[in-house]
Amino acid sequence: MEKHEHEHEHQVKESGWASPVDHLHVGDVSAEAINLNVEGRKLSGVVRGFGQMWQKTYKVRLSGLEKAPEEVIETWRTHFPEFWPEGNRLFIPLTGIKPGEVGVINLKAPGGLKLSTGIMVIFSDATSFSFMTPEGHMFAGMITFSAFEEDGDPVAQIQALIRANDPLYEMSFRAGVGHKIEDEFWKGTLANLAARFQVSNPQVTQNNILVDPRMQWKEWRNIFKNAGIRSSLYMPVVIFKRVFRRK
Amino acid sequence: MPTANLTTNVRRSGSTAIIDIRGEVTGFAEDALMGAYSEASENGTKAIILNFSDLDYLNSSGIGLLVTMLIRTQRQKQKLIACGLSEHYVEIFKLTRLDEAIGIYATEAESLAAAG
Repeated sequence: MEKHEHEHEHQVKESGWASPVDHLHVGDVSAEAINLNVEGRKLSGVVRGFGQMWQKTYKVRLSGLEKAPEEVIETWRTHFPEFWPEGNRLFIPLTGIKPGEVGVINLKAPGGLKLSTGIMVIFSDATSFSFMTPEGHMFAGMITFSAFEEDGDPVAQIQALIRANDPLYEMSFRAGVGHKIEDEFWKGTLANLAARFQVSNPQVTQNNILVDPRMQWKEWRNIFKNAGIRSSLYMPVVIFKRVFRRK
Repeated sequence: MPTANLTTNVRRSGSTAIIDIRGEVTGFAEDALMGAYSEASENGTKAIILNFSDLDYLNSSGIGLLVTMLIRTQRQKQKLIACGLSEHYVEIFKLTRLDEAIGIYATEAESLAAAG
């Protein structure tokens, strides 16, 4: 009996992972989405990135909130795109954030541009869920959203294990621009999550660890799939389509 | 904060160290896993085999720890090898592309042969 229960628990836990995919396929997402740089792409693991490897951890203590970590994650997972800073959109299928689902991301970029990229949900359990990025995304790697209890309060955490995907992105991170955008994005997300739970004066903390200072020069060709470059080139087409759709 | 549910045991076979992993590899297992790696790395270790035969659970934070360990082995010019993974977890190594950097073998004997 005990063994049976253990096996059952094991199966439930195992079911939290997506199956491997050769290429990404975007399901039914809103027609508003600029769907570039995702369909047909491979997942770009941290092993295949170009730049230095960083582990970036952002945390917010949800002081006074009487909810279990599982409840925090349920709200976060269900309403995930709503917590993103304004001007940035995540389009996911109606089935929501579930292992194997592929989402399209339209990010606010300098000069009024929209950067189109995506994510795949690779893992989800009661207290966490994780995304991996496709080729061409700013980062090659994995990002995990989790909740746990610390000193009697629930804590929401975002942890990214990432490399810049190509030399151009790496330059922007070395110049501080890429990191600043990334940090503001996730700190804003956690502040919005805390606000949803009516936590007053939430303090978002950040901890960066340079896991690998080396660059992986053998991956420089990733630049040919750079989502920023491709999104910029495609913008005139988007504008043209929108103008003619209105008429 | 939940505590780690992982125990490790380090064995040696020549210049290869074998880390037996028993329990759950999650973000809370960092101290246990990295402690085992430090012990395994002593005395000029050239290859490290992670024996996952008694692995109960691996989540995405656990995958993150394995990536960090991979980087440490690369810096030390050590090979990192995995054995005893269930079919399910081999699939997860493929999904996360860890299989492109960590050699995966079915048995410890095959791993030792690959470690040289």
